[in-house]
Amino acid sequence: MNRELLYEKSIEGRSGYALPVSGIQEEFPGPEYLRSGPCGLPELSELDIVRHFTGLSRLNYSVDGNFYPLGSCTMKYNPKILEDVSSLDGFSRLHPMLPLLPGAAEYVQGALEVLYRLQEALCDITGMDAATLQPLAGAQGELAGILMTAAYHRMKGNAKKTVIVPDASHGTNPASAAMVGYDVITVATDSRGQMDTAEFAERINDEVAAVVMTCPNTLGIFNADIRKISRMAHSVDALMYYDGANMNAILGKVKPGDIGFDIVHLNLHKTFATPHGGGGPGAGPVCVKDFLAKFLPSPRIVRDRGGSYMPGEGDASSIGKMAPFYGNFGVLLKAYAYILLLGEEGLNDVSDKAVLNANYILGLLRDHYEVPYDRKCMHECVLSAARQSEKGVHALDIAKYLIDMGFHPPTVYFPLIVKEAIMIEPTETESRETIDRFARVMIDAAGLAEKEPGVLRNAPVTTRISRPDEVRAARDLNVRYTG
Amino acid sequence: MYYTKDHEWVKVEGNTATVGITEYAAKQLGDVTFVEKPVTGKDIKKGQVLCDVESVKAASEVYSPVSGKIAQVNGSMEEFPGIVSSLPESDGWIAKIEMSDPSEASQLMNAQQYGDYIRTIK
Amino acid sequence: MKYTPHTRIDIEDMLKTIGVPAVEDLFRDIPADMRAAGYGLGAGKSEYEVLGHLKHTAGRNRPLRLNLTGGGFYDHYIPSAVDRLAGRAEFYTAYTPYQPECSQGTLQAIFEYQTAICRITGMDVSNASVYDGGTALAEGILMAMRVTGRNKIVIDKSVNPIYRDMIRTYLGSQECELAEVGPDGLALDMKGFSENIGRDTAAAVVQNPNFFGTINDYSEISAGCRKAGALTICSVYPLSLGLLRTPGEMGADIVTGEGQSLGNPLSFGGPYLGFMAVKREYIRQLPGRIVGETVDRNGKKCYVLTLQAREQHIKRHRATSNICTNQSLCALRALLYLSCLGEKGFRDTAVRNYTLANYAVRVLSDIEGVEFVNGKPVFNEFVLRFKDKADVVYSKLLARGISAGIPLGGYYKGMDDMMLMCVTEKLGKDDISMLRKELEEL
Repeated sequence: MNRELLYEKSIEGRSGYALPVSGIQEEFPGPEYLRSGPCGLPELSELDIVRHFTGLSRLNYSVDGNFYPLGSCTMKYNPKILEDVSSLDGFSRLHPMLPLLPGAAEYVQGALEVLYRLQEALCDITGMDAATLQPLAGAQGELAGILMTAAYHRMKGNAKKTVIVPDASHGTNPASAAMVGYDVITVATDSRGQMDTAEFAERINDEVAAVVMTCPNTLGIFNADIRKISRMAHSVDALMYYDGANMNAILGKVKPGDIGFDIVHLNLHKTFATPHGGGGPGAGPVCVKDFLAKFLPSPRIVRDRGGSYMPGEGDASSIGKMAPFYGNFGVLLKAYAYILLLGEEGLNDVSDKAVLNANYILGLLRDHYEVPYDRKCMHECVLSAARQSEKGVHALDIAKYLIDMGFHPPTVYFPLIVKEAIMIEPTETESRETIDRFARVMIDAAGLAEKEPGVLRNAPVTTRISRPDEVRAARDLNVRYTG
Repeated sequence: MYYTKDHEWVKVEGNTATVGITEYAAKQLGDVTFVEKPVTGKDIKKGQVLCDVESVKAASEVYSPVSGKIAQVNGSMEEFPGIVSSLPESDGWIAKIEMSDPSEASQLMNAQQYGDYIRTIK
Repeated sequence: MKYTPHTRIDIEDMLKTIGVPAVEDLFRDIPADMRAAGYGLGAGKSEYEVLGHLKHTAGRNRPLRLNLTGGGFYDHYIPSAVDRLAGRAEFYTAYTPYQPECSQGTLQAIFEYQTAICRITGMDVSNASVYDGGTALAEGILMAMRVTGRNKIVIDKSVNPIYRDMIRTYLGSQECELAEVGPDGLALDMKGFSENIGRDTAAAVVQNPNFFGTINDYSEISAGCRKAGALTICSVYPLSLGLLRTPGEMGADIVTGEGQSLGNPLSFGGPYLGFMAVKREYIRQLPGRIVGETVDRNGKKCYVLTLQAREQHIKRHRATSNICTNQSLCALRALLYLSCLGEKGFRDTAVRNYTLANYAVRVLSDIEGVEFVNGKPVFNEFVLRFKDKADVVYSKLLARGISAGIPLGGYYKGMDDMMLMCVTEKLGKDDISMLRKELEEL
């Protein structure tokens, strides 16, 4: 079956939309203001559209349909109640300008209270003193954090030029640092799978503005030297930045603010169970220590003596605005509800079970795949298909075989420092039986690599399409329908 | 032919150095989908970025192995960037550089040394 | 409430496989002195309790009788099919389509979205979305600086002040000059533009309709930019494009905008949708994800993420932007909205919004002491001048349950007596009559 595009299904004159009768004569601006031709939007009935998109949706794997152990992305189950919460009319139709207009904050006290309480909860969870909910995704949280770093050093008159990141870091870390104009220094990972402390000690100097670390890192390893690293960083007035992408591993166990970090961003869509939406929206709140609070983006939500909530006055040192208003409110609301649902014990249970599941997978697969850093992991484990690649079977082939078996593949070829990397993050919401089934398929794949590599190289065979020509897509760019 | 640790090759003819990426680099990158064309006439120093080369899954900087002026750029690359990875050490050359210091080239590795070097990083 | 499935027996068996006696042993890498003392969050609650609590909290948001607040963020009608289809878990609970074989649904939808954005804006290529209209504009400016290798930006002050704040934040640590020109009254400051655009200019930045709701033609500015080797960036309000001249037709090189009004609820400030569309020659400098068409190994047409080598997960510090997670679901909603309205519905909705705004202007500026300031055709929003300070007018109407707009004094000098007011197709003749009556009674 060939899946036609909406535009190819369009039938001239068909329509499925009507406006209310207005009783006002239609008006038009002069011809110099008018578009010269039609838009070229499809002409379809509502049922045509429903069938089209229902059909498309069936081509996706999703958390609700499939085990989705995409490493670093924390594809946990998203409780359905969160959708009910965010679509409550009292929240979804609120205009964000209201609290900025004279006297109108009174009309949105409920929404402002949610934001205020979430700020408080996230400070508690991260061990920090002040929070902004503005950043619209983790990467934007990083950008906010690095902009604050720059503002801090400007205020102190520090001549800083560089940001240190480990080579196992997320790509967003160096990219965010570069957007603020810092040169990036990359420190290698040692044989234990941690940033090499000795090399770090050589590279840290007066020019370093910040050290950006994910802890546990993308190899799923907690860096036990973190206090030492932060002491060295602080001795040259470099700030310690915590990339919260892997916070799921240490909920309830460690507060980044307690172990030497000055700035933290969280990925609410990962750690706090809001759905990933096929690539977003997310939310990337940033929490900081007191001495950096004045640099936070504005406005933050404050409570006055009378108990009313309102957007606070921005500090003159604030870096400004990362978002038009208070952040991705719909996402923030879901995260707040999730924190209420789980409470302290539930959050603690998240990291217990996330780490248990990851180590269980590692235990089941360690004899079948190379484990580049062979030790207990936190919330995810990184294997390598190096042994299989000697037989001509690559991580990608194993990933494609998993699709045939009904699993979304793990992250492959990341972190970049591991050859043939297979990065598995099961998350806490998966059951033992699901993990057992997944492990059996992974073990089968390792066996097939030895005996019948063709099966893997031919996979997937159950999907509508198989192994798209990505080189052609990049060379003969065709990024819109031109029919 | 001379080679660098960053996997560029240089062929010297008179004062002109032809530069490209090695077979090894091409294999690591996979099919090249785009080459950001170096600017003809520009002066470049040894070790500076000559251009960016992209494949589907990777992006890599090509460093100039010698100093001088960029005299010519391989015109085929624009329409057929894949030539850089399919015929890296012949038709897939990237640029010709008029060398300001021809002695730089001879300080690089020869084929034997480069072969040994690759074996150490495998 | 917990969403973890493990029974006691599961845990015991799993620990045996791992080879440690207790879950706690898995955290041994964390030194004891780094362990958290605990949270002050209290115990978890049941779904029923949390829903009840949040319904109560939502109830503390008081309804308004009439809301004419816009400022670039609008309450438009969203067809039910948008919620139902975007709410399908197969879209909702997937992530970035890294594995094309099991993500063709998301990939094709993004390809269709890119096509829709190109078509309504009159541009060649679109990305898969960025965070919002403000970040789209900031990314557009950074892009223009990369393309031209220049660092002066000339920006119209009648570009949304919220966006201009965000741009200043984004450019905070860049070496660049931000020259703000106009507005001349509320009109386009052509002289300011022509005096400021030169050989050092990376881009001129304009907005249509502008923050005041005025519709402009920017062809002359884009022609000036072209002559100077600079780019033209136009932030555009997408719903207006059902009727109005496209940025493409005006010669824009980079088009950005806030896509909230395309099927995304106001939701107190987000999630929204930044769209970006550019001329084809600039595609490699366009940040964010892009979906491209190709064929699979059996020659079947399909879609993949393409040009990924520009992005942070591959190019790291040399990437075009740090963006990773975007607003994919909001982009899907925009596509669904545009599909449901279709060619005719989209045009009709644009005409209705245009008609209503200009009708409201006539009805309201007819009141004694109220003056229409834009003096040109307006779309969705318009500016009225009052005898009193706009803050006072606003407060008086708020006491009657009406949020009448945005008093402009806080955003622009000398506009204390002006209010930016907004109508959409959700309002009708009766609402405007009611507003007139209330204004007359003040």
